[in-house]
Amino acid sequence: MRKLQFHPCGNFNVSYKEELAIFDTDFGRLWMWIGMLLLFAVVPFISSAYFLYILNTIGIYAIAAVGLNLLIGFTGQISLGHGAFFGVGAYAGAILATRLGFPFWLSVPLAGVVASGVGMIFGLPSARLKHLYLCIATLAGQFIVDYVLVQWESLTGGAMGIVVPSASLFGLDLGSDRSFFYVVFICFVLMTWIAVNLIRTRIGRAFIAIRDNDRAAEGMGIPVFPYKLLSFAVSSFYAGFAGALYAYYMMSITPEPFNLGLSIEYVAMIIIGGLGSIPGAVFGSVFIVSLNEVLSMITEYLMNIGASTGVALTIAPLREFIYGLAIVLFIIFEPKGLAEVWRIVRSSFRLWPFSY
Amino acid sequence: MEFFLQLLVNGLSLGFLYALSALGFVMIFKSSSVLNFAHGELMAIGAFIFLALSAWAGLPILLAFVFTMIGSFTLGFILEKFFLRPLIGEALIQVIMLTLGLALMFRGLLLFIFGGDIHDYPDFLPEALTIQWGAINIPSVYVAAFIIGILFLILFGLFFKYSSQGIYMRSVADNQPAALSLGVHVRRVFALSWAIAGLVCAISGIVLGIINGINVHELSSIGLKVFPVVILGGLDSIGGAILGGIIIGLLESFTGGYISTSLREIIPYIVLIFILMVKPYGLFGLVEIERV
Repeated sequence: MRKLQFHPCGNFNVSYKEELAIFDTDFGRLWMWIGMLLLFAVVPFISSAYFLYILNTIGIYAIAAVGLNLLIGFTGQISLGHGAFFGVGAYAGAILATRLGFPFWLSVPLAGVVASGVGMIFGLPSARLKHLYLCIATLAGQFIVDYVLVQWESLTGGAMGIVVPSASLFGLDLGSDRSFFYVVFICFVLMTWIAVNLIRTRIGRAFIAIRDNDRAAEGMGIPVFPYKLLSFAVSSFYAGFAGALYAYYMMSITPEPFNLGLSIEYVAMIIIGGLGSIPGAVFGSVFIVSLNEVLSMITEYLMNIGASTGVALTIAPLREFIYGLAIVLFIIFEPKGLAEVWRIVRSSFRLWPFSY
Repeated sequence: MEFFLQLLVNGLSLGFLYALSALGFVMIFKSSSVLNFAHGELMAIGAFIFLALSAWAGLPILLAFVFTMIGSFTLGFILEKFFLRPLIGEALIQVIMLTLGLALMFRGLLLFIFGGDIHDYPDFLPEALTIQWGAINIPSVYVAAFIIGILFLILFGLFFKYSSQGIYMRSVADNQPAALSLGVHVRRVFALSWAIAGLVCAISGIVLGIINGINVHELSSIGLKVFPVVILGGLDSIGGAILGGIIIGLLESFTGGYISTSLREIIPYIVLIFILMVKPYGLFGLVEIERV
């Protein structure tokens, strides 16, 4: 058996291989396997249906957020159209399933491919634009996709939306929350694994070089524009994949949820989670989805107590306020996000009691 | 022909409104290069303060206006001091997200206090301002908006060109370290430009409120419409913002009249993408020269 590795008291990497390692120590790998075991063998059986619903939503959002982090956090291309690509994926999945009768396992990845095509079209401006100009171009893309989803009635059903058949895989019905939990989280683990490893390849290094300084990257011989487009394509694939899962999970979709608000929510997830960190994207989606659920639970709770129904109706807009406040406070006080908090907590445990 | 003329006039007046609402935006961008996504909400705040003071508290119009100006000036100042200042030197995405967060906060707060209904100001504009020219009718609010717009353009043109504060602002926008080393108080410039921007936002909010009625959702969607306007004109050019506003207004009006009403809302964004593809810094924007 290989000698187990423990944490050295500093960064003593002597080869590129060590630098690229995902887990510094065997303990990290062990904890990951324990976490996976808990996730798949324990969590689905002890949670209620409502909690499973929240977990599934978190899983779906986390897939899309990981994709967005590849684009914003690693390639440095700001996109305010991620919600639209998510919507394209949802509609592509629904249309493939209803019109063409594609099975679940085929229509979800194909929806991702369709979304990545659309994402590449709206990534085209990145050839000449950067920073805030690109951000505004993607904002325009968000509005245009929104418009197409509502107006192209013969394909999308307009404001009425589409009813999606229940998902089934190899003859198994995936209608229940628990069976869908497995689908969502197996996809999530797979997609996260791909993202983590993509960053360690030639492509990932090109992304990071472009983020840090695209002129310098070009000078070093990286074809900047193809890589930017690739980044848009990959991140939209993630969004579209998650969108199709969302469509199957919700059973019916309308254009309404895929608005600018959703795009903002995605950017908020990766900012609150931590830019340029894959676990950060996951933390962020956990935080945002939980915040949403807690806020709507409070309003619902007040709504159900007869005396405070009126109060609940008037304080409903305060949800938006608290949501905005959370984003603002995070940016001001912890700009590196939850990933940084997690790192600090972890290292303070590791270094205890000799923290210097 | 008459239809065409009416569309032209509608488009021009709409464009002037856009131009007016773009002024505050350009103001902020020009001095601190912050892309303000809370622009529509700032306009809404100004409009609602004026509503509360004039219609509900019953102050005379002029007094209410002065108080609104003072209030929004202070608000801009506070915003800069507590929210934007900690972010000086941070990445662009953080600043964008901060203004988006502020927009959500303001929208929630305004909806909480005033509700989502459309409110109206009491009628206070003199009827004499209405222009009747053949079959074309320009209501007095548009004339007032036009006058305010022209006044602002001249005032701000003079301010940026001749006053010392205006010159400081331009110097900070041009090169922050150089301005600092020449003794410009950069933090004061930022605070002042946000305060002035708050004031300009309030004025455009009030004018928009007189025309369309005051509604949080309406004003925040106009706040997003500012982006095609300023991009068309170049983010840091006030003259460009006016021209961009008028082009976008005409475009919307003619698309709505001749093609389809639903396309009207989206056409500015389609044009925006094409403009950006051809001229990445807008029609009159300053071309940034990058060095590695």
